[in-house]
Amino acid sequence: MENTNIIELKHVTRSFEDGFNAVTDFNLEVKRGEFVTFLGPSGCGKTTTLRMIAGFDLPTSGEILLNGRSITDLPPYRRPINTVFQRYALFPHMNIYDNIAYGLKQKKTPKDLIEKKVKKVLSLVDLEGFERRNVSTLSGGQQQRIAIARALVNEPEILLLDEPLGALDLKMRQEMQYELKDMHDKLGITFIYVTHDQEEALTMSDKIVVMNEGRVQQIGTPEDIYNEPINAFVADFIGESNIFNGIMTGKCKVRFGGGEFDCVDDVAEGTHITAVVRPEDIEITAPEKGIVQGTVTNVIFKGIHYEITVTAGKNEYEIQSTKNAAVGNRVGLFVEPDGIHIMIAEDHTNVFYADINKDFRLEYNGHKIETSVTKIITGSRRLEDGSLVDAQGDVIDLNRTRIRVEIQPEDIEMTDEQDTGLVQGNISNLIYQGDHYSYVIQTDLEQDFVVYDEDLWNMGDRVSLIMPLDKMKFIYNRKK
Amino acid sequence: MKKKIGTSVFLCIMLLVLYLPIVILAVYSFTDATNIGAIRGFSMHNYVTLFTTPELLEMIGGTLILALGSAVLATFLGTIGAIGSFYSKKKVNAAISTINQIPVINADVVTGFSICILLVVVLGVSKDTFVPLVIGHVTLCAPFVYLSVMPKIRQMDSSLYEAALDLGATPFGALTQVVIPQIVPGIISGFGLAVTLSLDDYFITTYTKPATFNTISTYVVNATKGSQTTIKTALWALSTIIFAVVILFVAIVNFRTVKKEEAQDV
Repeated sequence: MENTNIIELKHVTRSFEDGFNAVTDFNLEVKRGEFVTFLGPSGCGKTTTLRMIAGFDLPTSGEILLNGRSITDLPPYRRPINTVFQRYALFPHMNIYDNIAYGLKQKKTPKDLIEKKVKKVLSLVDLEGFERRNVSTLSGGQQQRIAIARALVNEPEILLLDEPLGALDLKMRQEMQYELKDMHDKLGITFIYVTHDQEEALTMSDKIVVMNEGRVQQIGTPEDIYNEPINAFVADFIGESNIFNGIMTGKCKVRFGGGEFDCVDDVAEGTHITAVVRPEDIEITAPEKGIVQGTVTNVIFKGIHYEITVTAGKNEYEIQSTKNAAVGNRVGLFVEPDGIHIMIAEDHTNVFYADINKDFRLEYNGHKIETSVTKIITGSRRLEDGSLVDAQGDVIDLNRTRIRVEIQPEDIEMTDEQDTGLVQGNISNLIYQGDHYSYVIQTDLEQDFVVYDEDLWNMGDRVSLIMPLDKMKFIYNRKK
Repeated sequence: MKKKIGTSVFLCIMLLVLYLPIVILAVYSFTDATNIGAIRGFSMHNYVTLFTTPELLEMIGGTLILALGSAVLATFLGTIGAIGSFYSKKKVNAAISTINQIPVINADVVTGFSICILLVVVLGVSKDTFVPLVIGHVTLCAPFVYLSVMPKIRQMDSSLYEAALDLGATPFGALTQVVIPQIVPGIISGFGLAVTLSLDDYFITTYTKPATFNTISTYVVNATKGSQTTIKTALWALSTIIFAVVILFVAIVNFRTVKKEEAQDV
């Protein structure tokens, strides 16, 4: 049987001398003619992966196969792969013709053939008659087209594009997206595209590879990735989403975000889950008709829709609706069962958010957590005027900054003495797991905690949760 | 208003301090005076002597050939040194840059003297072969070439080299067809610097030159000690010509940059 994979990456890892792994165990198969996008935040290893395919970087371990043959150690100039660089990288000392002809000249193509090919590719990118122009006289968009033409004229088996539209303005970018897609369909060349822009990825790709911290998170079609994100990172990165930690409470019943919802995923009762609800899937109803009741706290007009924030207890819902809502109104929220995407939690790490109080101490449920904020936010320091700035020197708005706190279930201790713990609640679920019980404690703040304990407690028991300071992990996420 | 007059007066004084000595020399070069003092009449005889005395012509020619030759060598070495260092690992790059700084800061006397000791005394190379002299001048100039090329490499978009490789050029092809053309301005100014440094040098030359060979610098120092007045005054003419050439050169360079900026503004 013929192998239709044009390029395969097998267990590719790239680590640097300081021990940092830019890419870890990357596996991917790309079919001939596919449009594949590497999507992820900056520093996720997508560009490094692209550079390894191009040959500018060599994998520390693993293999890259082109048409079934290893090209892992082949230098870039021997690979039938061409790249469109982020900042175009046109040769400023050559005119447009010489720029485009450069690759063909290296291959000792006859002159008249070069001329013909350059002409053809220039008409493909709609820049006929630009042969004698200088690079510096071109606009950003035109330079981008020349960069694409310069790569395409070599008729590569694979075209790599490293955030090629990053430097263009919005309008130009959208136009180029369609044009690139068009070129891809017309030429049948395999495209591998790198971007941090999820919309770009969804618009153009046949296959998206979502990456984070050097690892592949999910590979799938745009629809798969949007509708069935595999974990919270993917859900959060692709499109807007409301993400909640919750627990299965019955057959196709799930509790999260302060309410109990029907869902379509049949997951065993008592399983910890992460629920993803897209903002457009939440319906605002009259208070009594909603599953969750809350108050509208913010409304932003976005043109095609309103972006509405509803606060329900400790939970915040982001909603997109074509209907307006007034701030301060009491509303109900309803989600159809198929609007809820359930992901089984990979681990049972408890996650909650602590506020920063005026004394720069963390606060949760009215209790202080004795730790230094400047230690949590790396590079931050307090100025003489009492404000807190981060490593870049930007002031951190305490009212809008929350610190993510993580703690493992086995590190929390339950007690009857209500005042000794950080937070109080009732046991709402318990499962025996061989050598310990796994409890779910529904707290007064409508946040569920998972606790492992060897002793047996009863359903409904009211307990207080003691969390040792050294077991808590603090994470600061910079919010826009 | 007062302030304006003050600044103009200050500027005039500064310009006088800078240029009056040269102007005096230039004026005297066109007279028949044998000393800086009374002028008896206008004369071109200094220029005639300069261009008719074989000894002087030989000395000027030798100086120019030495300057151009060692500048070419230094430019080559300095440029490939800068490129090599730039594409090395960070630590190697830092080490090379530091090592390169030392001859720049070091006194020429020390450089000249140590080259003389190493080549002539230790290795037994004869000064008459010109080898110590050329090595001395290249040692003097190459670090400056490195320093003027390096910023150009840094400014260059680093993906240009990769783009060339990507399009099928070998590393050598990418270097000669893409990288070198990008840093040509740095190479040219490095070459210019090397020529002037070599022309100016006195210390390294005295320690390493063959006994019968003289550059302008060493010749002038010896001539001013001697009593041959015709030669001495001919050197006024030489100074004036050098000065005129420098002014012309600077004027052309400035005129070209102004033109370039105007072209970019459009």
